[in-house]
Amino acid sequence: MFMLGPVGFIAPALLLGLIALPILWLLLRAVPPAPIRRRFPGVALLLGLTDDESQTDKTPWWLLLLRMLAIAAVIIGFAGPVLNPQTERVGDGPLLILIDGTWADARDWPRRMERVAALLDEAALAGRPVAVVETTNLPEQGLPFQAANVWATRLPGLTPRAWEPDAQALGDWAAGLAGGFDTFWLSDGLERDTRAPVLDALKGQGTVTVYESPRMVYGLRPAVFEDGKISLTALRARPGGDADVVLTARGLDPNGVERDLARVPASFDSAATETQVDLVLPPELRNRISRFTVAGVRSAGAVTLTDDSLRRREVALIAGRDDREGLELLSPLHYLRQALEPTADLIDGGLLDILLANPDVIVLADVATVSEAEQDALLDWIDQGGLLLRFAGPRLAASDVSRDTEDPLMPVRLRAGGRSVGGAMSWGEPKALRAFTENSPFFGLPVPDEVRVSAQVMAQPGPTLAERSIAALADGTPLVTRKRMGQGQVVLFHVTANAEWSSLPLSGLFVQMLERLAVSTRPASPTLEELTGTTWVAEDVLDAFGVVADAGTMPGVPGERLAQGRISADLPPGLYAGDDRRLALNVIAADRTLAAASWPADIVVEGLAVVRETALKGALLAAALGLLALDIVASLWLGGRLRGPRGGVTAALVLMALTLMPVDARAQDRDGDALALQVTADVVLAHVLTGDSAVDRVARAGLVGLSNKLFQRTSVEPADPVAVDIERDELSLFPFLYWPVTPQQPLPSAEGYAKLNRYLRNGGMIMFDTRDADVAQFGSSAPAARKLQQLARPLDIPPLEPIPGDHVLTRTFYLLQGFPGRHNGRDVWVEAAPPDAEQVEGMPFRNLNDGVTPVVIGGNDWAAAWAVDAQGGQMFPVGRGYAGERQREIAYRFGVNLIMHVLTGNYKSDQVHVPALLDRLGQ
Amino acid sequence: MTNSASLRSRAEGLAAPLPPLLAEAEHLAMTVLLGEHGRRRAGMGDEFWQYRPATPGDEARSIDWRRSARSDAHFVQEKEWQAAQSVLLWVDDAQSMRFSSDTDLPDKGGRARLLAMALSVLLMRGGERVGLSGFSLPPRTGALQLLRLAEAFTAEGEAPDYGVPEARGMLPHSRAAFMSDFMGDMAPVEAALAKAADRGVKGALLQVLDPQEEVFPFEGRTIFESMAGGLRHETLKASDLRSRYLDRLADRKARLADLARLTGWHYSCHHTGDSAQAALLWLYRALERAR
Repeated sequence: MFMLGPVGFIAPALLLGLIALPILWLLLRAVPPAPIRRRFPGVALLLGLTDDESQTDKTPWWLLLLRMLAIAAVIIGFAGPVLNPQTERVGDGPLLILIDGTWADARDWPRRMERVAALLDEAALAGRPVAVVETTNLPEQGLPFQAANVWATRLPGLTPRAWEPDAQALGDWAAGLAGGFDTFWLSDGLERDTRAPVLDALKGQGTVTVYESPRMVYGLRPAVFEDGKISLTALRARPGGDADVVLTARGLDPNGVERDLARVPASFDSAATETQVDLVLPPELRNRISRFTVAGVRSAGAVTLTDDSLRRREVALIAGRDDREGLELLSPLHYLRQALEPTADLIDGGLLDILLANPDVIVLADVATVSEAEQDALLDWIDQGGLLLRFAGPRLAASDVSRDTEDPLMPVRLRAGGRSVGGAMSWGEPKALRAFTENSPFFGLPVPDEVRVSAQVMAQPGPTLAERSIAALADGTPLVTRKRMGQGQVVLFHVTANAEWSSLPLSGLFVQMLERLAVSTRPASPTLEELTGTTWVAEDVLDAFGVVADAGTMPGVPGERLAQGRISADLPPGLYAGDDRRLALNVIAADRTLAAASWPADIVVEGLAVVRETALKGALLAAALGLLALDIVASLWLGGRLRGPRGGVTAALVLMALTLMPVDARAQDRDGDALALQVTADVVLAHVLTGDSAVDRVARAGLVGLSNKLFQRTSVEPADPVAVDIERDELSLFPFLYWPVTPQQPLPSAEGYAKLNRYLRNGGMIMFDTRDADVAQFGSSAPAARKLQQLARPLDIPPLEPIPGDHVLTRTFYLLQGFPGRHNGRDVWVEAAPPDAEQVEGMPFRNLNDGVTPVVIGGNDWAAAWAVDAQGGQMFPVGRGYAGERQREIAYRFGVNLIMHVLTGNYKSDQVHVPALLDRLGQ
Repeated sequence: MTNSASLRSRAEGLAAPLPPLLAEAEHLAMTVLLGEHGRRRAGMGDEFWQYRPATPGDEARSIDWRRSARSDAHFVQEKEWQAAQSVLLWVDDAQSMRFSSDTDLPDKGGRARLLAMALSVLLMRGGERVGLSGFSLPPRTGALQLLRLAEAFTAEGEAPDYGVPEARGMLPHSRAAFMSDFMGDMAPVEAALAKAADRGVKGALLQVLDPQEEVFPFEGRTIFESMAGGLRHETLKASDLRSRYLDRLADRKARLADLARLTGWHYSCHHTGDSAQAALLWLYRALERAR
């Protein structure tokens, strides 16, 4: 094939015809424009008249150029030009298509699959057996060679994984390969240690071709909270000029709807592969963040989940004794403050005031009694998940609290007086701590030797003491006891919070214990030692596309593995919940850097783009035709045929032909008055623009279908439906609005809501369609239903009820019992009947509300059932076979009833009075 | 069977234009009132004209005894002179007359035939004898003659580019009406008029023209052809010819008018875009004046 740049020619010999163009130029130039022949009897009078001036009898150059171009286009067109002609890939024998299949692939996974499909097509043509392997999902052994078309059917089942290949397994697998085959390697573009050995192994078997996407791979390191700022680090695989990304913080808003809580732009310097931005958020907002993402990047690497490390607990500190002013180090709260200040938000104040702020933890340091009101409030708060942390002290020891019976705010009963060991007045030595048992939340924490307890309050022995004790002294006396109450718990340290009774508050263990109790939050990721012996269960997992999904039931994971942080198939990235804490395991570890894969020079690296052959013949011939059409017009004009008698007709014809273009029926910029004229001349159904063009198209097609049916069956003869923009268009012109609800659509503005409410109050009807009755019951937390709740919250909607059997909608035109659309969900909601509606004797229906229900809410996707395409055929199938067609028919009937209800109101309701009226008239 | 069927269909096709032409001509003729028509002198005829006193030499049988009995003198009843005049028509049937610049306009020949037919209807209603110049259809009167005229006017046939007036077979002191576009050679026209003048025939020349022939709205490179293609003229810039063409046309009209004046005829120019009724009235009056 003869190539000129990216254009190849099928029949290049024809291009020689271009040589003839100059000759043709000369020939055409010599020929004057053809004269017009006219029959004219007056010619007898013309005989003998000569032209005054000799007008040019040569064709003007621009007309010649036009013709030359047309002819050149024809010649080139017939020479068969092809843009991006596909050169055939040589090779035979088995073929391995190796896909990295990591999270870095996820961003352009469809393109990768397209590329694989193209490769499979080629292999199928060449009859080569193919094996498609993902490095993250290796076959048991060897290579699963199969026919290419078999693989083609399995392609949709391939998904990327959120983790990267296991070096060991991949190395073993690559080493075990044999048999000789060519390899196409779809790389994710990231450098990793396994590349070189695998490449060597593959090169030993045959040629290797690598495909890489030029798209940048972005990553996001876990968010770090320090000094009141959230520090985010974005990574990219290779330096590639200045680039800006937007990092978003996502989480539930106070309404329980997930949304972007904060956005912060980050820009990479041209040579940098990482960039850091700080984000300062109020604690309220910060605690809501569940993850950070790089906006617009669908990849697990661009998502980092947050856990308790970002959350700052609100801790209220209350001391019972503040009479010794100024003695800082003796203050019962001093060490707590020191321990908690870096990692928690501290609250001071009266107990009842604090409870209003609903803190996570309330610390009572040596507080013996609380008032009854305070106690009740505290109990309620603990029931709802509060943690009451109490420290003993002289006051508690001296009081009678929890002496005879267990105080509700104490985990155990206390003996009177407590004990003191190793002091001047006592025998024995200060006691050390015993190692923590397995069922203790402190299990695994190293016990420093220097911690000594010299005084404590003693717990009364009892049947529950053993299980409530979570830390004990070397002699077995409980040091920390805990009682669960409702969702919360009460923890008592049997020593003071200052160093009076023990050296515990002076040690690092104190901080770690507080952390384990989730009083304070972990400043950094937990170390291996901390996690040893704990078990964690996945709550949410992250797939390769960065979508967070519920983990379902997954086996627990030992803390050691979590500490290693090596994610794999049985340790997917996600949010893991332990005893009282949650730990995020992210794709990108805190110390991870990204680097672009580097390939040896002898490896061919191709882009992913599947270039398609584009035959230019048609376009060129069309251009030639267009030029010739222009030539016709120009020749006519030149020959005077556009100017003389009947020239007007010719010109009009030519103009008509030129302007006979399909005109887009949808007016882009509608003038308000024009719209009003258009839609008030006839009944016009309208749908609300959602911003999702597919949904809008279906809605429009649905209303077209419904309008047709109304036209055929009823005396309502609607004009073409129109799309309504809530913000711009006047709503009062439409009797009926169809509003498909999509989870993505933006909420109307305040003015928009004002317009909608005015519309509803003045008798308009909106039909909300969540279109998800096939997957969700109405009112559940399906995304569309949640969106509907959001949408409808500011609307002035009366109480609703599911359509009662005697609602006027069931009989405005057809008698109906069901209201199916494309789906046949049960629930369709309308304005509730007035409470005093009751059935009159002898009437089949209640005398229901006097008006049109302002909303109809359902999820049956009616528009899809009604929708017809331009040819009048149905756009979507409904159900199966005859039953499906019946359902569609019922859907149309519901639509007819609905519009009848909109247009005639309760007319059919009044009909039920006809027997009574006739009776009264004496008929 | 086939022959008779095809003959019949052809005959019907041929006959089809007759009634409309006649009807249209009658319709046009109806618009002219015959108030002044009449010889207004005594002569041979059926209608009463006047009584006059008998003079010596009157035959006795010519005396109207009923009138004479009412007085002492003898009266003779005179009839109105009804010796019919012969009117000879010549309608140019050349190809040039088949030109029409617009589908809305009739061609010149059609308009000329319509006028001739209407004139015939009028004249016959006045008792004149109407015929075609030449020997094909001598002047006669009656409804049958009308049909014959119509048939003659609608007869299709080979025709030259431009018509030559037929001046043969003219009765002395008869009337004649020539209708043509007079675009062709003027010599035969002059000859015909001279011959007519020699025989004491007077009449009217009606030049029927298409509006386009008066305007000449052409531009660009054009080849003009006569209707039969016998004449052609090529120009590179038709618009340049306009003024000279119009001059020539004016010359032609002036010459026709001169010719008419010299021979005692009447000349007028009629455009197919104008009302046919005006032309008919003019023709009628022109023939009357010529009398």
